[in-house]
Amino acid sequence: MKVVIIKYNAGNIQSVKFALNRIGIEPIITDSPNEIQSADKVIFPGVGEASSAMKYLNDKGLNKIIPNLKQPVIGICLGMQLMCKRSEEGNTDCLGIFDQQVLKFKGDVKVPQVGWNNIYNLKSPLFKNITENEFQYFVHGYYVGKSENAIATTNYITEYSSALQKGNFYGVQFHPEKSAEAGEQLLKNFIEL
Amino acid sequence: MLTKRIIPCLDIKDGRTVKGVNFENIRDAGDPVELAIRYCEEGADELVFLDITATNEKRKTLSELVTRIASNINIPFTVGGGINSLEDVSILLNAGADKISINTSAFKDPQLIKELSSRFGSQCIVLAIDTKFENGDWFVYLNGGKIKTEKKTLDWAKEAVELGAGEILLTSMNNDGTKNGFANDITKLISENVNVPVIASGGAGSIQHFSDAFVLGKADAALAASVFHFNEINIQTLKKELRNNKIEIRL
Repeated sequence: MKVVIIKYNAGNIQSVKFALNRIGIEPIITDSPNEIQSADKVIFPGVGEASSAMKYLNDKGLNKIIPNLKQPVIGICLGMQLMCKRSEEGNTDCLGIFDQQVLKFKGDVKVPQVGWNNIYNLKSPLFKNITENEFQYFVHGYYVGKSENAIATTNYITEYSSALQKGNFYGVQFHPEKSAEAGEQLLKNFIEL
Repeated sequence: MLTKRIIPCLDIKDGRTVKGVNFENIRDAGDPVELAIRYCEEGADELVFLDITATNEKRKTLSELVTRIASNINIPFTVGGGINSLEDVSILLNAGADKISINTSAFKDPQLIKELSSRFGSQCIVLAIDTKFENGDWFVYLNGGKIKTEKKTLDWAKEAVELGAGEILLTSMNNDGTKNGFANDITKLISENVNVPVIASGGAGSIQHFSDAFVLGKADAALAASVFHFNEINIQTLKKELRNNKIEIRL
C-alpha cells in the first residue's frame, strides 16, 4: 500500500504522518507528480491560507494533477476547501473538484471555530464504525454550506457540510489526525477504501 | 454543538513535568509523555506544555520532546515557554506541535504576533497572558509573573487579537495555585471583548470551579495542572459532571 501525503506550503504534514504511523502506515511525503499519480491513496492535508496555498500548487503544476487523480483522495481542512470551486479567503479560485463555494463564518460567534464539534447525517464508508454525532476536532474560519455532496453535517452558527464526497474525492473539514480514536477510525477507513 | 474544552497543562523543566505553587516551590510530577498519554485516555480535549524555565534560563524547548509527544498522542497540543522568534516557532511546528504560545516576547515586540500569524496562521498562535489584580484593575505581568507592567490586561488582549493572536490563554496570578477557583470576572471581560477563544487558567480546585469558568467566566476552555497531575480530579468524572450541568462537553 503506497500512501502519499502531498507536500506543499500549508503545514500540519507531520501531524498527519504521525497519525498514519499510529495505524501502521508509513506515508511518502512528496510534491512529485509521478509519486502522487502512482499512489494507492492520496492525502491532501492543510492548515493555512487559501490564496498562498493555491499559488504554490499552481506554481508546482499540482493544480492540473490533483483533479485528475483516479485513486481515493482525501482533503483535510484547508485541503478540502482547496478542492472546492472558489474560496472567499483571498477571493481564490481553487481546484474545482467540488462545485461548492467556501464562505467565511459570519455572525455573533468566535471565528475561527476551535475545538470539538459533532458530525451527523453520516453517509459514506468513510464513517464505518463511527457513530452519528461523534466528535471531531475543528479549527477553521471558512466553511462549505449544505450541499448535495455532503457526507457529514455539522452546526456552528449554521448547518454546513463537514465532509464532502464526489467519486473518488473525499474532503473533511475537521482534523481526523487530531481527533482521538474517532479520527483514527476515519483514517483507517480511508486507507481501506 | 461546539464543546467547551478541558485542557491539562504540563509544566516542563529539564524534560520532566512539574507544577509550581504561585510560580514557586516546584514539585516533580512525572514524565510528560506518560502523563500526556494518561490524559488522552481520560478524555482531555487538548494539552498544553509550558517550558517554565525557558524565559529565565534562555533554554529552548526541546523539539525532540515535542516530536515524542506528537507521535504518541492523538489530540491537539500547544507548546510554550521562551519562544521569541519565527525560527523557534518553525522548529516546534515542524517537530509536531499544533500551536505555540507566546507571552513575554510578544509583549516586548507585538509585531512578532503579526509576523507569526501571517506566516503560520492565527489558528496556531496562542497569546498567553499572566495577569494580576491590584489597585483596582488587572495588569499584565511578564517573565513568568516576575515583572509588572503598566498595561491593562483587556487592552493587551484586544491589541494582540488585532495583530493576529488566535487564542488567549489567561492565567490569573491571584488565583494560580490557590485552588479557590478561576478568576471569572477578568475571564468574562476578555471573552466578551475579543472574538477569539479564551482559555481560563489558574485556580482550579473543584469540579464546580470548571463549571463556573464556563458559565460565569464565559471561557471557551479551562486549563489546570495540579488537580489533574495529582489525581485530585479525574478528567472523565469532571466531564460527565459538567455535561450533567448542561454544559456542552465531548464524552
